[in-house]
Amino acid sequence: MAVREIQTPLDETTIRSLRVGDEVFLSGLLVTARDVAHKYMVEKKPAFLRPLLRGAALYHCGPVMRKERGGWKAVSAGPTTSIREEPYTADVIQAYRVRAIVGKGGMGPRTLEACRRFGAVYLHAVGGAAVTLAQRVVHVREVHMLEEFGMPEACWVFEVDNFPAVVTMDAAGSSLHAEITARSHMALERFLGRAIR
Amino acid sequence: MKNLQETFTELLRRAATDLPADVESAIERALREERRGTAAHSALTIILQNTAAARETSAPLCQDTGTHTWYVYLPEGHPTEELRKAIRGATVQATRKSYLRPNQMESISGVNSGDNLGAGHPVIHFVPWKKTGLHAEVLLKGGGCENCSTQYSLPDQRLGAGRDLPGVRACLLDAVHRAQGRGCAPGILGVAVGGDRALGYRAAKEQFFRPVHDVNADAQLAALEADVLSCANRMGVGPMGFGGRTTLLGVKTARLHRLPASFFVTVAYMCWACRRASVTLAGKDVRFSQTALTGRP
Ligand code: SF4
Repeated sequence: MAVREIQTPLDETTIRSLRVGDEVFLSGLLVTARDVAHKYMVEKKPAFLRPLLRGAALYHCGPVMRKERGGWKAVSAGPTTSIREEPYTADVIQAYRVRAIVGKGGMGPRTLEACRRFGAVYLHAVGGAAVTLAQRVVHVREVHMLEEFGMPEACWVFEVDNFPAVVTMDAAGSSLHAEITARSHMALERFLGRAIR
Repeated sequence: MKNLQETFTELLRRAATDLPADVESAIERALREERRGTAAHSALTIILQNTAAARETSAPLCQDTGTHTWYVYLPEGHPTEELRKAIRGATVQATRKSYLRPNQMESISGVNSGDNLGAGHPVIHFVPWKKTGLHAEVLLKGGGCENCSTQYSLPDQRLGAGRDLPGVRACLLDAVHRAQGRGCAPGILGVAVGGDRALGYRAAKEQFFRPVHDVNADAQLAALEADVLSCANRMGVGPMGFGGRTTLLGVKTARLHRLPASFFVTVAYMCWACRRASVTLAGKDVRFSQTALTGRP
């Protein structure tokens, strides 16, 4: 397990060199997208997002933002549960060439397969650490679909500095979630003294 | 009345932007258990940094400011309507001040109420007591961990769990395994043995008002709590499910009677962000604290 600093635009070689369990500090562009934005990306295929997302990181986050003189500021910006985007994420990775998905709780087999095929990783951020993670947003570059989707669902374009996360699904097809689930299942069977389906 | 509402707004601010001292020190203890240089160690470090930052800036320590469950202790015969109004008013005010995220949506349309009021929210329980003053406590519980809560009906064939203490233990360990890190581990289990389904969940959640480090006065339950805590922390799920030595911070159990026909084991899962606060009002005296009365055996 290594500690790695990565910077957007993320290239395929860097991404393929990351392994589950690695801690990363991400700098560069982090674009938020939740349920409504995912549906929109897959159904409407908006062209303006293409250059923005290529090589960038997508963040499952519905932030609390505050308007200040000179622009927006992220007040509270922790990860939200990622599995809800499972139906969309493989298509998003393929269509937009996103290199990293940031969220919490991990994702399913379709996403894992898309990570392997197209060279992407899943980065797990610390759930609930909304204030600390918001402090890593050094600049809010722009926001898309704010009127249409509302604050939490809009696509916020964050510039982040050393945003901490852990690789839990890598481009070699490994999932830390699957490993830990299997290992803890063995422990459970040991504690209960019987095999459990 | 205005004063009462202000007091409750302050109570919500404290609950949403700070962690109770017992929970914070349980996380500090967990950090000392984890090996340096592991993802588990980093996750707990970030959680503690976040707690300090939220406290300093009065920002919600997690953006999911959760479902609010209130317990209000009041003298027999004290009118409840004004209290209910003050709580609802404080909820709106605390949302306006950004201590709370607008977090209540109409279930079918998905429309957000914008002020945290809604059908069934906030949840308010009134409890008559012998004293003359008032005492209110509130618990905030987010959705990620609520989705990990579960209820078993014994016997359970899959687990080989019968209607006895080992059967209860099997349910609790299975619930920890099923949750993995998804409820923002390290978490706390609130458990109710018995009751009907509704009472089971109510009693299980009441357990979150207990300090994490207290010991159950019921010796049998105290032994169960210690055993499940120790096993859970040897399961290797760890903070956020990254692997590690801390999967749970505590296990808290209540015992209820049941019908001969049913045996429910209700497991409520609370994330590390176990947010609660209390206030006692006696005459002009207003005292905020982290001492709760709810959930005591
Ligand atoms: S489970 Fe708790 S810590 Fe995690 S996002 Fe929800 S409220 Fe926050």
